[in-house]
Amino acid sequence: MEFLRPATWREALAVKAAHPEAVPLAGGTDLMVEINFDRRRPEILLDLTRVPELRAWRAEPGAVRIGACVPYRTVIDRMAAELPALAQAARTVGSPQIRNRGTVAGNLGSASPAGDAHPALLAAGARVEVASARGTRTVPVEEFYLGPKRNALAPDELIHSVVVQRATGPQQFAKVGSRNAMVIAVCAVALALHPDTRTVRTAVGSAAPTPLRATGAEEFLTGVLAEGDHWATGRPPPPAAAARFAELVAAACSPIDDVRGSADYRRHAVRVLARRTLDRAWRARPRPTPEGAPA
Amino acid sequence: MTVEPTAAPAAEPVIERPAARTATAPGVVPPPSGLTQRGDTAPDTSGGVGESTQRPDGVLKVTGEFAYASDLWHRDMLWGHTLRSPHAHAEIRSLDVAEALAVPGVYAVLTHEDLPAATHYGLEFADQPVLAVDRVRYQGEAVALVAADHPETARRAAERVRVEYAPLPVVHDEASATAPDAPVLHPERDDHHAPFVPHPNVVHRQPVTSGDPEGAEALAEVVVRGEYTVGMQDQAFLGPESGLAVPAEDGGIDLYVATQWLHVDQRQLAPVLGLPPERVRLTLGGVGGAFGAREDLSMQAHACLLALRTGRPVKMVYNRQESFVGHVHRHPATLAYEHGATRDGQLVYVKGRIVLDGGAYASSSPAVVGNAASLGVGPYRVPHVAMEALALYTNNPPCGAMRGFGAVQACFAYETQMDRLAAALGMDPVELRQRNALAQGDLMPTGQPVDSPAPVAELLRRVRARPLPPEHPWEAVGAGGEPGVDPRELPGGLANSSQGEGIVRGVGYGVGIKNVGFSEGFDDYSTARVRLAAVAGEPVVTVHTAMAEVGQGGVTVHAQIARTELGVSQVSILPADTSVGSAGSTSASRQTYMTGGAVRNTCLAVRAELLRRGRERLGAAQPGWHEPGLRLRDGAVVTAGGARLASLVEVLGEDAIDLELEFRHRPTQPFDRETGQGFGHVQYSFCAHRAVVDVDVELGLVRVVELAAAQDVGRAINPRAVRGQIHGGSTQGLGLAVLEEILVGPDGTIRNPSFTDYLIPTILDVPPMPVDILELADEHAPYGLRGVGEAPTLSATPAIVAAIRQATGRALARVPVRPEHLTTGP
Repeated sequence: MEFLRPATWREALAVKAAHPEAVPLAGGTDLMVEINFDRRRPEILLDLTRVPELRAWRAEPGAVRIGACVPYRTVIDRMAAELPALAQAARTVGSPQIRNRGTVAGNLGSASPAGDAHPALLAAGARVEVASARGTRTVPVEEFYLGPKRNALAPDELIHSVVVQRATGPQQFAKVGSRNAMVIAVCAVALALHPDTRTVRTAVGSAAPTPLRATGAEEFLTGVLAEGDHWATGRPPPPAAAARFAELVAAACSPIDDVRGSADYRRHAVRVLARRTLDRAWRARPRPTPEGAPA
Repeated sequence: MTVEPTAAPAAEPVIERPAARTATAPGVVPPPSGLTQRGDTAPDTSGGVGESTQRPDGVLKVTGEFAYASDLWHRDMLWGHTLRSPHAHAEIRSLDVAEALAVPGVYAVLTHEDLPAATHYGLEFADQPVLAVDRVRYQGEAVALVAADHPETARRAAERVRVEYAPLPVVHDEASATAPDAPVLHPERDDHHAPFVPHPNVVHRQPVTSGDPEGAEALAEVVVRGEYTVGMQDQAFLGPESGLAVPAEDGGIDLYVATQWLHVDQRQLAPVLGLPPERVRLTLGGVGGAFGAREDLSMQAHACLLALRTGRPVKMVYNRQESFVGHVHRHPATLAYEHGATRDGQLVYVKGRIVLDGGAYASSSPAVVGNAASLGVGPYRVPHVAMEALALYTNNPPCGAMRGFGAVQACFAYETQMDRLAAALGMDPVELRQRNALAQGDLMPTGQPVDSPAPVAELLRRVRARPLPPEHPWEAVGAGGEPGVDPRELPGGLANSSQGEGIVRGVGYGVGIKNVGFSEGFDDYSTARVRLAAVAGEPVVTVHTAMAEVGQGGVTVHAQIARTELGVSQVSILPADTSVGSAGSTSASRQTYMTGGAVRNTCLAVRAELLRRGRERLGAAQPGWHEPGLRLRDGAVVTAGGARLASLVEVLGEDAIDLELEFRHRPTQPFDRETGQGFGHVQYSFCAHRAVVDVDVELGLVRVVELAAAQDVGRAINPRAVRGQIHGGSTQGLGLAVLEEILVGPDGTIRNPSFTDYLIPTILDVPPMPVDILELADEHAPYGLRGVGEAPTLSATPAIVAAIRQATGRALARVPVRPEHLTTGP
């Protein structure tokens, strides 16, 4: 096994172009498990942790750019105000040691349907900046997940950064695992209120072959909120509508039975979490001003 | 009725004494600090029996410096690897190692054809092949061995061993094992149970009958029946199977290994290696937990065979996945019970049938059956009993010893029955238990009298009398004084699944009975060698036993006992090995009783010899030597009145006293094969729990809020270690209640062989565990002590599940309880 440690982004892309089979390594929290369990023996490991720009994060207009080697710990400590759902998701990843090493880009690279960051990225709105020696492109996160552990990266591409929209309203992330810490999601739900566009976005993890947005539920709720003038009045959506929204989120899932939980339970739990995240987010919404705009 | 404590009151609160942090060689117990400035209340020599002295290995383990068996290294060593069967049941049609042998760096590839002597081994009887011959009976069975100069090379070479399997039908439960046309897994079996079993796929069956259970049915006014299931729990020790085998010049072998019983390994290894036992020398490596999983051989024979074949030291270390097939598990069980009682809550009869899945090989299944049958009604007085327990041979993973050993499965069922009976009677469940609680002087269903304290009702009283923990523990005050939520106090923890939504509290109780020591007539002795000598003008005691220190703290306790009995502060504990006699197994809650008893026993003989020498050498000049009641204290011999006669160094001179003696508990008897009658057990141990849980009833997530225990330990030799045992046992019981299960598919394969999906409790799952320790002496035992380690594992599980039932109203006849059991379905 070859272990390559490029010092610059350009060098990293050159290596990946020359060796598309090289497996990128940031925190190693997925990859090293696979190597240790002998499930995977890459010919070449491409260690990205020495590339300075991948370790950086910065605010951009309306968004936060997170370099591919920024660990969850930094998301929790530094981005909770701008990216509340992602920070909440990051808090549920593994153990403190794993959060010190694991990265959002690593979650995207592995593209496991159970990755904790995915529903938060989908609900907040995000794009993935990927690059190769051929150039750079931006993929909306919705288009990044192609199947279980399959993503939109070309063989010569690497993830450079993730650009996540700054929250304009309350966000929630909640997950179910059968242990109270250090557990892979049985299912997870993220929800973001976007008062600026008067929309709601919600996404589900670990309950379908890929993480996904429940667009039918989003459209239903966005319609209910508009019809009832809820954005202006601040009144919560009627309980029947909230329940219907939760049903629609659950209906968007196509879960499987596995050792972590049954498909029936996953659907049930997604429904409960969808309802709870909606209720909590709406409660956390700033009181509307007399003009009807958020304070 | 209740039993009032007659001996010492509860040991809490215990005053912790800071112990010295002196640098010493591994295995040497540093003396506690302040030896020369003892307080007036200290016993004869501080650091003795009854004190919470510090573990010699505690700091090393916490700081990561402790050397485990997986850290063993020899500069010439090779790495061993095991090729295992992917099938649960298959015929081996052919086996070709040529390609594997040709891999550069490979020194040996062994199959059953290369075995030098005995081909089978086993704890109770030798039914397990060292390497599969023509058939594999479980997924993970060892088929071939490779030694290579690098672990990766060994693994790659093993992939090149060509094995042609022809899969056979899988036997996976009682119906498939005992069907008329069931494949017989061990057609050649000739063990001592074989002539008596109802089907050749039954390892052992033990009925226990007392009174007139059929006639008693008419006397019962209320009857409850239930069927229960216990999933397959793993011991989940953190240090995987590992050891280093070094070939010796005399043609023998030196094996350094993490195990639970050096001499039973030696007894099984010698015939397999074709060596006399004295040339199979074992030394204990650093053990990272055991809980029963190291009773059977794992890599021992394999590493030795490779070392003898190659003439090189061979190291083997299992990874976590291999570990899941590398040791036996707790028997999964199905249990059917019927309890009959009078309307005022007096038990009339109990009928029970316990079916244990023993998996492919016997391991310790027969003894587990004996426990399940004889302890199957629980710590209750029952006039009429018809119990039956049996273990099956199946193609599931082999099961054997795990903390609680057959008593855990029964306790979940009989305690659930007691709750259901209480509900049927409209009685308080604790009161029903107390009304029927076993007490000293009662008879067990085996006819064995309970001839030492059995404070079952008192233990229940104590856990119930504790104040309940506050409700809504997650409600916190935020930084700005606004109401906040502490997610660590909620079911789901930091996953944010609940911020208080859907939470219902429940409270439940459980109590259990466990035997201590090996039962049914087994000659269960321990050996201790104790040397007392003057070293650089100071008396020093050296204690040498073969006791496996697996984390229980035996090395701490041995030093305490030596200090108390010999009045010497400097005690060295030698590494455990087979150059001294057997210490028996570190299991069955027996080591403080048995090897602790052996250390005490030998110390007493050393003391007697010392006094004899003192009288001989100094008695003429000092009449005090002939007084009765001489004591050893602070390195000197003193009279009963406290007058100092001589220092130990003066008495000893240049001559050490060095004795090795065996120690035995009182003998037991086998159970009658038809009636189960017999004086089968050495001692009983009792623990009660009260569990308080918060359940997210919409998501089916559970947080145990508090798990309070009360246990009679006879005498707390080291109170802190006792509490540690109760905490650890309770935590494993919690794991069985809500988390831990090896999931085995219908094809006999394990579906979750990793700590990603076999979930053990984390710090956020483990609640505060207040412990109430009773010390009611058992006059048959050294210091009156009672084995501690297992009883708390029993009652924690049913107490937690009872609490979940109260919160959810669900029947919950199976453990572990999973979220879907609380939310979906009936």
